[in-house]
Amino acid sequence: MNGIIPAPIARQPWGMLIPLFVLVAFGAAVLYSAAGGNFKPFASSHLLRFAVFLFMASIMVLFNRDFVRFMAYPVYGLVLLLLMAVEAMGAMGGGSQRWLELGFLRLQPSELMKPAIVLALAHFYSSLPGAMVQSWRALVPAGMLIGAPMALVLLQPDLGTSLAIAFGGAVVMFLAGLPMRWFVAGGAAAAVAVPLAYFFALKEYQQRRVTTFLDPESDPLGSGYHITQSKIAIGSGGFSGKGFNEGSQSHLNYLPEPHTDFVFATMAEEWGLLGGLLVLLIFGLILRWGLGVAKASNDRFAKLLAAGMVATIFFYVCINLMMVMGLAPVVGIPLPFMSHGGSSMMTNMICIGTLMMVNRWNRSIRGGLIST
Amino acid sequence: MRSKRRRQPPINSATLQNRYDRRSIVLGGLGAGIGTLLAVRMGYIAIAENEKYRVEAESNRVNLTLIPPRRGWILDRNGAPLASNRADFRVDIIPERTPNPDKTVETLGEILGYEPARIQDLKDAMEGARGFQPVEVGTGLDFEQFAAISVRLPDLPGVVPQRGFTRYYPTGPSVGHLIGYVGPASAEEYELDKNPLLITPGYKIGKDGLEKQFEQELRGEPGARRVEVTASGRIVRDLDTRSDVQGDPVRLSIDGPLQDYAARRIGLESGSVVVMDCNTGELLCMASMPSFDPNSFSDGIGRVEYSMLRDDERVPLRNKVLKGLYPPGSTVKPMVSMALMGQGIDPEEKVFCGGGLRVGNRVFGCWNRRGHGAVDMAKAIYQSCDVYFYAMAQRVGMDPIAAMARRCGMGQEFPLPVVSQFYGTVPDPQWKMRKYDREWQAFDTVNATIGQGYMLANPLQLAVMASRIATGQQVMPNLLLGGKNPAFEKFRFPSDQKDYIRQAMSDVVNGPGTAGRGRLPFDDIKIAGKTGTAQVVSLSKSDGRSGPWKYRDHGLFIFFAPFDNPKYAGAVVIEHGGGSGAAYPIARDVMTFMFDPQKGMDALRGLETQWGGNAEERLARKYAAYAQAAGEEVLPLPKRDEEIFASVDAEARAEAQRAVAEAADAAINRSQNVDASTVGGAE
Repeated sequence: MNGIIPAPIARQPWGMLIPLFVLVAFGAAVLYSAAGGNFKPFASSHLLRFAVFLFMASIMVLFNRDFVRFMAYPVYGLVLLLLMAVEAMGAMGGGSQRWLELGFLRLQPSELMKPAIVLALAHFYSSLPGAMVQSWRALVPAGMLIGAPMALVLLQPDLGTSLAIAFGGAVVMFLAGLPMRWFVAGGAAAAVAVPLAYFFALKEYQQRRVTTFLDPESDPLGSGYHITQSKIAIGSGGFSGKGFNEGSQSHLNYLPEPHTDFVFATMAEEWGLLGGLLVLLIFGLILRWGLGVAKASNDRFAKLLAAGMVATIFFYVCINLMMVMGLAPVVGIPLPFMSHGGSSMMTNMICIGTLMMVNRWNRSIRGGLIST
Repeated sequence: MRSKRRRQPPINSATLQNRYDRRSIVLGGLGAGIGTLLAVRMGYIAIAENEKYRVEAESNRVNLTLIPPRRGWILDRNGAPLASNRADFRVDIIPERTPNPDKTVETLGEILGYEPARIQDLKDAMEGARGFQPVEVGTGLDFEQFAAISVRLPDLPGVVPQRGFTRYYPTGPSVGHLIGYVGPASAEEYELDKNPLLITPGYKIGKDGLEKQFEQELRGEPGARRVEVTASGRIVRDLDTRSDVQGDPVRLSIDGPLQDYAARRIGLESGSVVVMDCNTGELLCMASMPSFDPNSFSDGIGRVEYSMLRDDERVPLRNKVLKGLYPPGSTVKPMVSMALMGQGIDPEEKVFCGGGLRVGNRVFGCWNRRGHGAVDMAKAIYQSCDVYFYAMAQRVGMDPIAAMARRCGMGQEFPLPVVSQFYGTVPDPQWKMRKYDREWQAFDTVNATIGQGYMLANPLQLAVMASRIATGQQVMPNLLLGGKNPAFEKFRFPSDQKDYIRQAMSDVVNGPGTAGRGRLPFDDIKIAGKTGTAQVVSLSKSDGRSGPWKYRDHGLFIFFAPFDNPKYAGAVVIEHGGGSGAAYPIARDVMTFMFDPQKGMDALRGLETQWGGNAEERLARKYAAYAQAAGEEVLPLPKRDEEIFASVDAEARAEAQRAVAEAADAAINRSQNVDASTVGGAE
């Protein structure tokens, strides 16, 4: 950076932030179109939430490492309690409920659990003596840390989020250096468990989502409808799209959930392959920056924390995009920074905030400053 | 390297750091791989399959609706419509777009105020229909109903309310059998003709009669409307519209007012009137009554209505002009006379009629038991003496008579644009041998010469016979108004013979004949004709004039006018009219109307007051009464349109096959001299 820009601003990780702003702005434009050419109700609240959570992230940046380590288990425990509270409220209300009403947003504790599990496991493995990484003591407590929230989220039932939690946890365990054979065995176990889960654990509507994902045309007006219409939206966009505000699939309501889960299809219809590649590129930049932050850190806790956050964002992006392109079943996972929705924006901004925080720690260490 | 590290049990932070580095690269690589996969996948969908998905998006967005073409009019000879179109509001349901058909139908029924039987009909129709075929719920809706349905459309998926045209038949039942009616295409019809128009809501095809025969001419070209619609089917905007091209009109030779008059004049009787121009063969009137109202059939045939028509012993579902087969009775006598003269019989030669003639071991009676005394050919015609023909026919044998019958049109199927026609029987020795494997007997000839026994004809054939006798030409009936006058082949009758027959037939009405009250109320126009009475059951069952309606004799009359220069010819057949007295007054009034409509109408008005209104009014009243009595216990409609008439036709065939009496028995001609009779009927 040069001398004209003040140091506190020049210090910021603009290599990530600029693509992020572009992505959020692009998302707002798509939401503007999805609302039929109106800022309300989607685009305005999207930008507002981003502003709020960006502020929250910049506060998070200020936390120092020891404080974060100290808070890891309490935060995890609190979110777990919130999950139980939601479950209990659902049981009392006679139905399933996933959120707590906070007025300005509906807080989904299961969303908060995604970064929380990463934080808890990063703390767990960074404090675990190196020699124990090969032993059962590296596996069982971590398994319990992951298993408890997964079970609670599955009860809601929310398969997508519980898989996201498992994925975040598993990536941290993988990077923590647990023996490779355990993952191979785990993968094999999953290969056995998935069919069993399909037949015994999934609700009928979830089963249908899986079968129609495998063959969307089998039920073109039922659950295959989402995938079919999404593919039509993306495919009809072509190379450069139909033009801003010109998407017929979203404007005429053929595309379901054009502002949340299928926002990418809404975008692709109007902006074409070019828009899609831009979105992919930006996610690539953000995630690569995140991995760079993790790599640059000399501290095991920070490394695992940062990499886990990258994995969490990656899981969202990957599953959502595979879903809208017909490569994964419809699981109801939004696209980070583009989909309209407070909870996912919050989760993803927590991840971004954490990465920025680690980024600051890295520089502080290099600069010889221990704390703020 | 890996195996080496495995064997080293102590793990320090450096190894962990190392593992982290390697594994994060693996994960990063995996992530990049998935990113590439997604980019490729998107490129594949958006570029390689772009064409396919663009088409699908377009077919999502754009809804092409066919606008049913206005059907061509069916015109009478003067250009007045017998079938036209009326703009109205209508509503249809497309079953496959309706998740809950029963509920939707009930909601619609409630809005439209339908009675339970009609709602049940609709449910049946929904069940029977193929998914994509629209089911008509109602036509002729008033604007309030139309608006009420339109605003509730979001709750009524698959319901299509629209402005359209319905077929309108101004004279209703009078033209029912002639014109037929229209209705939504059935699955079978769509199978035969995969035209998407056939499954367009509001489009109807001809189901019977001329509507069916001239379907292609009348159809026209559909218009189309392209609209942008939302996923829930709400129309966002019109993209473009192409208007329809109305079908071509079909111009008939029928004289609309005459057709209507004749149909109304039949009144309470069951019968038919055919009038044709005997010089050109153009059919002016083909009335068959009682009939159905094609207007209400075209709105969809209700089960109550169908049941009422089906149960009526006067068979309103049968086109009696073409499918009513009757023993022609004495109406064949002029034709037989021509055959006799052709065989060299001198018309002046007299036969003594003493009231009967022994043939074989039986006495065949004349209708006049007291006998006609000395009878020549003219008297045999105008007094309808049976004995004269018994005697003369035995002399020439059956073959020349059968040949003459065929030349006069009996047993002939005419090349007319009609759905079907029954063409009856002209019996002769070969025919009997073929059919029954029995020898022709003298009594068969005797029966045939008075138009009984095996002989059967439909009213159209009788009218053609009248034309051919009147003109001496091979007149062919024609239903379309053609430009040129056809040249018919001439019979080579000597003109004195032709005049002789004409005079004798004139005497039937204007002289000392059997139809004295058939005279036209004009000084200068005289009608010539021949009465006939056809026995329906053997004498032991009924005397033919009283008793159960079903057992009464048919009354027949063939005629032409003016007698000295024939212009019009025709036939009237009244089923179970109790004798010819039921038939010829109708012919008289129809011909009166032909020459002086005012006089004809005056005669009809008086009668209609007695009968309680015209045909349409009586049908409506009858329907109301029947529906009241039947309630909901009415059998449903036949599933196929063809069956609506088929069962009636089948009965007609069976009935016609059954000989009135054993062939060996004498079928007695009971033609009545009206002056001496107490014949009931419509006089």
